[in-house]
This record gives sequence, structure tokens and C-alpha cells, in this order.
Amino acid sequence: MDAAVAVKGLKKTYGKVEAVKGVDFEVAPGEVFGFLGPNGAGKTTTISMLCTLINPTGGTATVAGHDVVSQRDRVRQNIGLVFQDPTLDGYLTAEQNLRFHAELYGVPRSVVDDRLRQVMEMVALWDRKDSKVMTFSGGMKRRLEIARGLLHSPRVLFLDEPTVGLDPQTRSAIWGYINKLRLTEDITIFMTTHYMEEAEFCDRIAIIDHGEIVVIDSPEALKASIGKDRVQLQTGDDEKTIALLRDRFDIEAAVHDGQVTFAVVDGESFVPRLFADLGLPIRSVSVSRPSLDDVFMSYTGSTIRDAEAGDGNAWMRAMARGR
Amino acid sequence: MTAEVAGVRVPPMTGSHDLRAIKVVLHRELLRFVNDRTRMITMLIQPILWLFVMGTGLGTLVRGVIPGIDYRTFMYPGMISMTVIMTAMFSAGSIVWDREFGFLREMLVAPVSRGAIVVGKCLGGAVVATAQGVIILAMAGLVGVPYSPTLLVTLLGEMFLAAFTITAFGVLLAARMRNMQSFFGVMQMAIMPMMFLSGAMFPLANLPSWLHVLTTVNPLTYAVDPMRQAVFGRLDVPAQVDALLNPGVTWFGWRLPVILEIGLVAAIGALLLGVAITQFRRAE
Repeated sequence: MDAAVAVKGLKKTYGKVEAVKGVDFEVAPGEVFGFLGPNGAGKTTTISMLCTLINPTGGTATVAGHDVVSQRDRVRQNIGLVFQDPTLDGYLTAEQNLRFHAELYGVPRSVVDDRLRQVMEMVALWDRKDSKVMTFSGGMKRRLEIARGLLHSPRVLFLDEPTVGLDPQTRSAIWGYINKLRLTEDITIFMTTHYMEEAEFCDRIAIIDHGEIVVIDSPEALKASIGKDRVQLQTGDDEKTIALLRDRFDIEAAVHDGQVTFAVVDGESFVPRLFADLGLPIRSVSVSRPSLDDVFMSYTGSTIRDAEAGDGNAWMRAMARGR
Repeated sequence: MTAEVAGVRVPPMTGSHDLRAIKVVLHRELLRFVNDRTRMITMLIQPILWLFVMGTGLGTLVRGVIPGIDYRTFMYPGMISMTVIMTAMFSAGSIVWDREFGFLREMLVAPVSRGAIVVGKCLGGAVVATAQGVIILAMAGLVGVPYSPTLLVTLLGEMFLAAFTITAFGVLLAARMRNMQSFFGVMQMAIMPMMFLSGAMFPLANLPSWLHVLTTVNPLTYAVDPMRQAVFGRLDVPAQVDALLNPGVTWFGWRLPVILEIGLVAAIGALLLGVAITQFRRAE
């Protein structure tokens, strides 16, 4: 089976700035593939090249088997796009917006009505089809855009930060649609996000940082690759605990969210040893499996929020070193 | 792909696909126009003011000079063109609006040629402006212009052509504009002098030579004159008044035939359309 998206050495430079530094990856048909990275990492630039919105500086990419430079219109026919910013005509009704799209994409007239109803029912907007889009909330607009992106049955649906700026309810609704889509339609989904919780829904994710892909794998495999669990302690004397952890167990710990936090292999069996050997009162203890946050930290050396805000986190750095 | 395919399959593109794109872009312009009553009314106020307030006022002043004709009758074809021009420019300006609100992107990422979108937009502007002009056309009787079917059909055709050319000009302006303010600024700057120099407001006879030169290089002159000639062709006015109010356009003493004027407007329209399409092809 041919790859839905195949990218080799794809590169984009703006003047001296290398926005995307030659990335390689393939997305299999039917996959939900996520690009995870902080703002400015090159996600939108990559997606824009795949959607034929900007021309690559170097490398090649095919989408649904068509080259993004030489077969631009064939690519465009086979992809659906949902951008970060709305691209709807507020003065037209929801249905008029979708019919406009159907005509532009050449959807056969005989199927337009059925397909229109199908996608609008999917995003629960069928009863609002005659309302002008300007009366819609942000979440409704995004849902309508998803419906529109699916109208011409694209082989690949590109979602650029599909849930950014939406309320939690709409976000979970959108994930509901995406999960339903992979069951009901023969479609590949390519999305970008900087929300860890959303990356969890993807079959595979590519972590992108500073224009380069750091690692590609399934969320489970990535979490397993770290091999350490996160242990958090509430103690009477945090500083002393940290010092003792260093002396007796050779573990670098730090206070994070008011708790002594550190990473260790096989956390559950470490805890009994900790109680036996530490000799300090421990008020509570928790052990958790690594999250994608930890994965991101481990592979890029900073958290995704750090990359955007700039706050260090010692226990995560310890994890990065320990890998 | 071996999996069962759900939903629709879009067939490969053909020329008829571009035709569909032109039609839907045009259809949207019409929907927007029909939905926007405010715009329809505001666009009408200006020419009506000119025609009935300025026209009546100036008319009393010049009555002695032009016996046998109402000055408003002279202004009438000018006001038709003014309505058509303003409406066409506003339609073209909606491209800037579309860009600001993201909808232009929806059009530009579609698998259709830029040409289809620009042509659809220009046709849309032309149809909307012609429709607006029809309202002024309906007022012909009020200023002493007969409701002759051939005259009305001729004016409709000339209106459409003028509107298409102006929309193409507006779309070309809009190709690089990022916000509405600058578009309307540039539009005012370009349209006002063209309007003044077109013969829409005062007759082009006996002008000082510098002004005469300006009027003959103004493309709008060639859009307004055929309409005036059509209207005056239906009127019974003394020869010297006709010479004063309807002098036609002369090049070095040679009076241009209407068909050549229309051909010029069409040629300019085609040229502007071509340049506008290249601009949109490049603007990516």
C-alpha cells in the first residue's frame, strides 16, 4: 500500500532562517499522524508545504501519491484542510458555505445533497444549516470547517491545531468526530498540535523542534522508551530529602509543584526501598508512568511549555540526562 | 488502495470544472448582493443626489444655454455610469475583505485555476453593478428619457461592459491590498479624477486643450460616451445643443464611432483581467 504522505528531505528557508531543516517521514493510509512541537517549531510550515500553500526550498513530498509541486491540483483535490484561522464567509449560511466548497472541488452534483447532510450531521450542525455563519460561536465555526474539509471525501485531512482556542467540550467533541472518521471513512489524518493530551489520540507522533524531527513513534512506544517512572513525595523536609536521595540512591531530585520529584527505573519496587532507607518522614508518595510531557522533555531537553515560556524543570532534565 | 471507499470520489478536473468554479464564485457575489440591502441603498443615494439635487440646481443655471433639454437628461447617462462604476469597485473590493477574513484562502487552495476565480469575481461584479444600474435605468422617465426597448437593451449591454472592465481594474488593485482602508483610499484616488474627466458630470465640448487631452486618455470617457450617444439618439434636440452636450470623443479632430469606443473598453477590460490573473498567480 502506498504511503498517504511521503516526505524526503523537505526543507524551507526564509532568507537565512531555516524554518524546516530537511525532514523525512511517511504516513500510512488510515493513520492518525500528529506533529507535536512548540509554536515556531516548523509545524505549520511543514503542513503548508504538504497542502501546496507554499513551495518547498528543497526535498520532495507526495500526498495521496501526487507530488506537491508538480501535481498541485491533484494534491488539492485529494486533501481537506482545516486551518487555525477560520476561512468561512460569515455572510453566507452554513449550507451555502458548504455548497460553495462542493462546487469549487467539483463534487458530482448527484451526491452533493447526501454528502452535505452526512458531514453536517456528523458535526451536529444540520439543524443550523440555514443560519448565517457570523452567528456561530468559535467552536461551531471550527466544526463547520471540519465538515467542509470532509465534504469532497479527501484522502488526507490536514488539521492545523484543530482544537486551539476552543472550550473543553468542543475539544472533546472534535476528537469524537476524528475517532468516528477513522472508523467510517477511508481517510488519513495529519494534524499538528502542541497539546500533549491530544497527541495521545494519534497512532503515531513526530516530535518536531527547531525545524527538525527528533523522533517518530507511537505514543506508547515513546513513553516506554523513556523507561523511567516519575515519583513524587511530600515530606517534612524537602531539602534534606533531596540531599539524602543524592547520597544514598544517587538520584537527582527537585521540588516541583510543592513535591520532591524525581525519575527512577521501576518506580513501584523502588518505593519500599525508599521507605526502608531514607530515614525521614514521608507524608505521601505517588508513582506515575511517564507522560508525553516527559517524552517531549526527554527528547528535546525542555518541556513544550518551557519552549514557549522558558521555565526549567530539574527532574525532567535529570530524565533527559538519564536516557 | 484496496479498502472499500466511503463517501464521494471527485472526478479528475476538466474545463467544465473551471466553468463550475466561475459560476459558483459569481453565484456567491449575487447572494452577497441580495443579502446586503444596506449596500444596495447606499450605492443608489449618491447618483440620485447628483441627478435630482445637483442636476436640478445646475439645470436652473444653464437653462438658457441649452434650450429644449433638461440638464438632468444630460446627466442621466453619466449617473448610470457612476452607479455602475461605484458598485463594481465595491464588488472588487470584497476581495480584500475576503482576504482579511480568510475566505480568499478557501478559494485559493481549491483545485481550480486562479483564472476561474478572477473571472468569476469580475463577472459577479459586472452582474451586480448592472443590476444596480437597472434601478437608475427605471428612473429614465423622470428625467425625460423615453423607455424604448432598444435603448434599454443598448444601455444594459454598455453598462455590463463598463462594469466588467471596472471590476477587473478593482480586482487588479485588490490583488496586493491587505486591508480595506488602503483599498478604499487608493480607489477614491483613482476613481474620482477618472469620474470627473469622463464626461459624466459636464460636457466634454469646448474644453481647454489640457483638459481635453486628459479626458481623451481617461478610459472611463469611452465607457460613458456610448451611453450618452445612445440616450441622445432617442432625443429630439436642436443641433447646436446636441453639439454642446453630446460632442462625442475626438482624436485630432476625428470623431470616434461608438463601436470603436466599445471595442476600446472591451480591450482594456480584457487586458486588466489578464494582468489581474497573473497578479493572483504570483501572489502565492
